Amino acid sequence: MNATFADVMMQMFRQHLAVLPVLLPSLTAVFMLLIGDRADALPRLRRIALVSVALGLMFALKLALEADSGALRVYRVGDWPAPFGIVLVVDRLSAMMLVLTQAVALPVLWYAAGGWDTRGRHFHALFQFQLMGLNGAFVTGDLFNLFVFFEVLLIASYVLLIHGQGRERFRVGLQYVAINLAASALFLIGVSLIYANAGTLNMADLAQRVPLVEGDAAVVLKAAALLLLVVFGVKAALLPLHLWLPATYAAASAPVAALFAIMTKVGVYSIVRVHAVIFGADAGGSALVAGPWLLPLGLATGLLAVCGVLSARSLPRLVAWLTVASVGTVLAGVGLFSPAGLSAALYYMVHSTLVVAALFLLAELLAAQRGDAADRIEPGPPLAQPALLGLLMLLAAASAAGLPPLPGFIGKLMVLQASSGIASQPWVWAVVLTVGFLTLLGLARAGSVLFWSERPELAGSGTPAGASPRMLAAPVALLGAGVLMSVLAGPLTRYTDAAAAQLADRRSYVQAVLGVEGVITTRPYGFPAPDGEGRP
Amino acid sequence: MSLLANVSMEFLVATGIGWVTACGVYLMLRGRSFPVVLGLTLLGYAVNIFIFVMGRLWSGAPPILGQGAVQADPLPQALVLTAIVIGFATTGFVIELALRSRAEAGTDHVDGREPGERPERDA
Repeated sequence: MNATFADVMMQMFRQHLAVLPVLLPSLTAVFMLLIGDRADALPRLRRIALVSVALGLMFALKLALEADSGALRVYRVGDWPAPFGIVLVVDRLSAMMLVLTQAVALPVLWYAAGGWDTRGRHFHALFQFQLMGLNGAFVTGDLFNLFVFFEVLLIASYVLLIHGQGRERFRVGLQYVAINLAASALFLIGVSLIYANAGTLNMADLAQRVPLVEGDAAVVLKAAALLLLVVFGVKAALLPLHLWLPATYAAASAPVAALFAIMTKVGVYSIVRVHAVIFGADAGGSALVAGPWLLPLGLATGLLAVCGVLSARSLPRLVAWLTVASVGTVLAGVGLFSPAGLSAALYYMVHSTLVVAALFLLAELLAAQRGDAADRIEPGPPLAQPALLGLLMLLAAASAAGLPPLPGFIGKLMVLQASSGIASQPWVWAVVLTVGFLTLLGLARAGSVLFWSERPELAGSGTPAGASPRMLAAPVALLGAGVLMSVLAGPLTRYTDAAAAQLADRRSYVQAVLGVEGVITTRPYGFPAPDGEGRP
Repeated sequence: MSLLANVSMEFLVATGIGWVTACGVYLMLRGRSFPVVLGLTLLGYAVNIFIFVMGRLWSGAPPILGQGAVQADPLPQALVLTAIVIGFATTGFVIELALRSRAEAGTDHVDGREPGERPERDA
């Protein structure tokens, strides 16, 4: 009896594994809302949250190991056939993003459980809802569903952003919500234009339908694709849509900002899915609509962001600009629109997310030991743990700037290699190397002021006790994962290469999701209209 | 009268959506939180009608199979329902947020301070 029950459970687990990264956080969050957030329930909430995220990480790793065999896992919700029902698709890229999300979420949650979660209500439930939205966006195989999961993660992020409250958080919160609501409106316009001209929103169906669209409809389709580029550009903080990011991330509480490091990557992921796959090189008349835009804008984003790094007057704002700079490099890699460029971008994206998340946490630990100087980049009282924090900052900074042998170096090297031989190679090399150098300069300036320009007369105004090992564990874990990416660079680049190759292979994608290839499954609006009767 | 008779439904709906969108964008660019919220709401309405219209305009065509010779496309109608629900929820949230922001900052300006007032030390 027991054995059969276990067998049934294992079978169910295997069958429904693709939907678990979405279901698990949503059920956890609902359960937490039922428990309530009274002070005496907090230890229990923390345990549940940590167990749930750890489980999610294991599911994501299992999915990634399976995806690495090259098989696409297609999950038809309610078993409706593909273009009509909702499908979740887990390929190498999706699985990688799931692992990254959970790998960032676990240390961040651990850090937040050290005290931040007491400074507002329902932190843990919102955190889980945010994870649900992120995971859902990464596994969905449908554009409208992508919109829905965007909204889920955004609504959770609106509340998480103002967690801890305070005037500054409400100010940037309002602006953040307004800009994202406007972007959501554009998203809906783009999606409905695509539906009107291609007759489907299923990504696999779109991949085979978009090349067939011709004439006026193709022009509208291209306009819709560019509208979506604007929307994803807002999420990813692509120049000139990055303006909201530095103030927002700098105002958010440290664990929230660290979690938000993954949010810009949702924009990057969506650009890869829509503009490098659906509107990719094989999309016929609509091929590479984002081609002329993505590479120059990515490079310009990097340059502008590094000016922000140089001029930042507080540590969180400096790290926020670093986030923008990393997005610039990643999108420049995507903008090469070659498998090598995509692979480089994916590798660099994973690394930069880990480093930026670690830096947000470190910035707060550092600020806590500096008394009134807090997180401003100016001389302050001597630190309680100068050597430890200094070394961690050095490691993170060197990785962010791209010094060998850290993974930031490998990622940038891959981008440089991917660009060799194309017309814009000098631009890519010049900008990526300049950005790396200026990042190093900006971080060195901040580091020397924070760690070396002490004002001994203020000694004692800072916190005498250093950060507890418990709090330090989170940034150390994130940086450790970053260093591990250097050690495992071989297998990881093989994985990202395979992920990029898988994205370029539209035929197997369509076949896996729709079952058959080349079958017109839905009827796009086209001429002749059915009889013309019934039309107004 | 004859002029109106020649105006197609498509033209009327399209200009209507365009007008509401323009009003929404104008209001969204105002400096006070209340007009911004109104602008976002108007933009949401325009987008909802836009999604609906992307299923083309039909008359006398039910969105259900087997009721007549002509069927309207039910999918944009399903999409617009989802969009309405999400839009409603976010509007509720943004109103609450605007109220709290006003209470915290003492002004309803989106910059958190009156124009011309010196900003607090900006990090």
